Amino acid sequence: MDTIDQIAVKPGEADVDSSAAVVAEDLHKSFGSQHVLDGVSLTVRRGETLAVLGRSGSGKSVLLKLIIGLEKPDSGSVRIHGGDIAGLALDQIGEIRKKMGFLFQHAALYDSLTVEQNVAFPLQHHKKAMSSSEREDRVRQLLAEVGMLDGFEKMPSDISGGMQKRVGLARALALEPDILLLDEPTAGLDPISSAEINDLILKLQEEHHMASIVVTHDLHSAKTIADRLALLNKGTVVIEGSFEQLQESDVEFVREFLK
Amino acid sequence: MIDAKPIAIADIDPSLIGRKTPFVPPTVSSAKGPIIESLEWFGDLGLFLWQVVRAAVTPPYEFRELFRQLDEIGSKSLPLVALAGAATGVVLSLEARYSLTRFGAKSLLPAAIVFSVIHETGPIITGLVVSGRVGAGIGAELASMKVTEQIDAIEASSVNPYRLLVAPRILVCILMLPLLTLGADLCGLVMGWAAQALVEPLSFHQFITSGFKGADFNDLLPPTFKTAVFGLIIGLIACFQGMRTKGGAEGVGRAATSSVVLSSLFVILADVVLVKLIIMFFP
Repeated sequence: MDTIDQIAVKPGEADVDSSAAVVAEDLHKSFGSQHVLDGVSLTVRRGETLAVLGRSGSGKSVLLKLIIGLEKPDSGSVRIHGGDIAGLALDQIGEIRKKMGFLFQHAALYDSLTVEQNVAFPLQHHKKAMSSSEREDRVRQLLAEVGMLDGFEKMPSDISGGMQKRVGLARALALEPDILLLDEPTAGLDPISSAEINDLILKLQEEHHMASIVVTHDLHSAKTIADRLALLNKGTVVIEGSFEQLQESDVEFVREFLK
Repeated sequence: MIDAKPIAIADIDPSLIGRKTPFVPPTVSSAKGPIIESLEWFGDLGLFLWQVVRAAVTPPYEFRELFRQLDEIGSKSLPLVALAGAATGVVLSLEARYSLTRFGAKSLLPAAIVFSVIHETGPIITGLVVSGRVGAGIGAELASMKVTEQIDAIEASSVNPYRLLVAPRILVCILMLPLLTLGADLCGLVMGWAAQALVEPLSFHQFITSGFKGADFNDLLPPTFKTAVFGLIIGLIACFQGMRTKGGAEGVGRAATSSVVLSSLFVILADVVLVKLIIMFFP
């Protein structure tokens, strides 16, 4: 039996058109004897949100790190706006990363900096022409967007997990990226905070019209914020399509996962 | 009595026969592991140093972080280094007084203290104290940043973590060790004199004049500047151990401990080589 649902777009067969922001082709990645990704192919177009679902340890976070160049694939390619990032020098990847925002699973805020300084960090390093007052205004604007204007002087350890994710989002948006990568944005949050983060992501999508890849195992969150979903299992994409297409699948793993 | 029965072919688990991986006796694998691991460690350390040098010599330069580390590594280590230097001066004075009096060479006491402090005890005490305080601090800080993905976040923000985090720390260690050594030397000499003056009245001026009689810059500068090498070792090893950390809190603890242990060990080993070189080139 074919492991890929017939009704969905088959991985690797997505058209590589000019609207594609991220194209991952046949990605393989191993850590020692453990094969984490075994031929993953995905395409995300401008303004589109793709949710990557899968069990814990299925390689979802590794996929995001390959896309932003924090890890190198054993084989396969990642093209950002048509340009292959494999084999690029660190400085060249740096230029591409400026167009990408990354929200880490635990926000990864710099714990020696305040909330405000965390959001200002990318601006300080890449917007040298910006005056300090302009930078301050931009930081306040970003914090207002994510509803964190009140706690800008606090340290990351003094705010809740949900607030840390909001600040992480503000930092990810600081350089006005056109690709946003979100690693488990609702993991570890209570249902209300999760719903708030989902609403925030939807709002930011509408306002900024970015290509987004959301890695999650939260089906509700994926259904709420994504245009398309891809389900990973054992290092491969089992199925890719809309939530309805996934629901209609007769692949056993997909049915099990959606339960 | 231990029954040392030799292993016969018949004793080997039949399930092992026919496996693709050849059976390796435990004694061979356990002897091979640490050697290969050590070689890999040195190889990785060399690559790490190359990355740091490349990042350090290309703009933009992280002056803000450099100044922050000057305070963190330099100023904040001074009280501890001064205290250790002072204690060493007192101990040297007490010990040397007892020994030299026994051999009828009490008049050499100031020179014995001065030469001991500036040649060896000042530099090595500074190296070991800094490797304990700063090595553990850098190792734990970077390891904690690594396991909480803060270093990945820096990279994802298009900022080179070698340039931002590693290069300033190593550079400050290289710059501050000789200055801290001078501080330790000064405190050691003052307290060495104080310990002697309490037993037998002697002015500080007399102590210094007598102690430095026959000394020249070769007695002070090479031993002081050799601590720049200690600084390189401490900064490099602590940053390396921190940046390659894996695991959670346990990994952070391991990084801090290994930073201190390895940097102290390499400081002592480097001292052996440097003392020999100084004697050869600055007789």
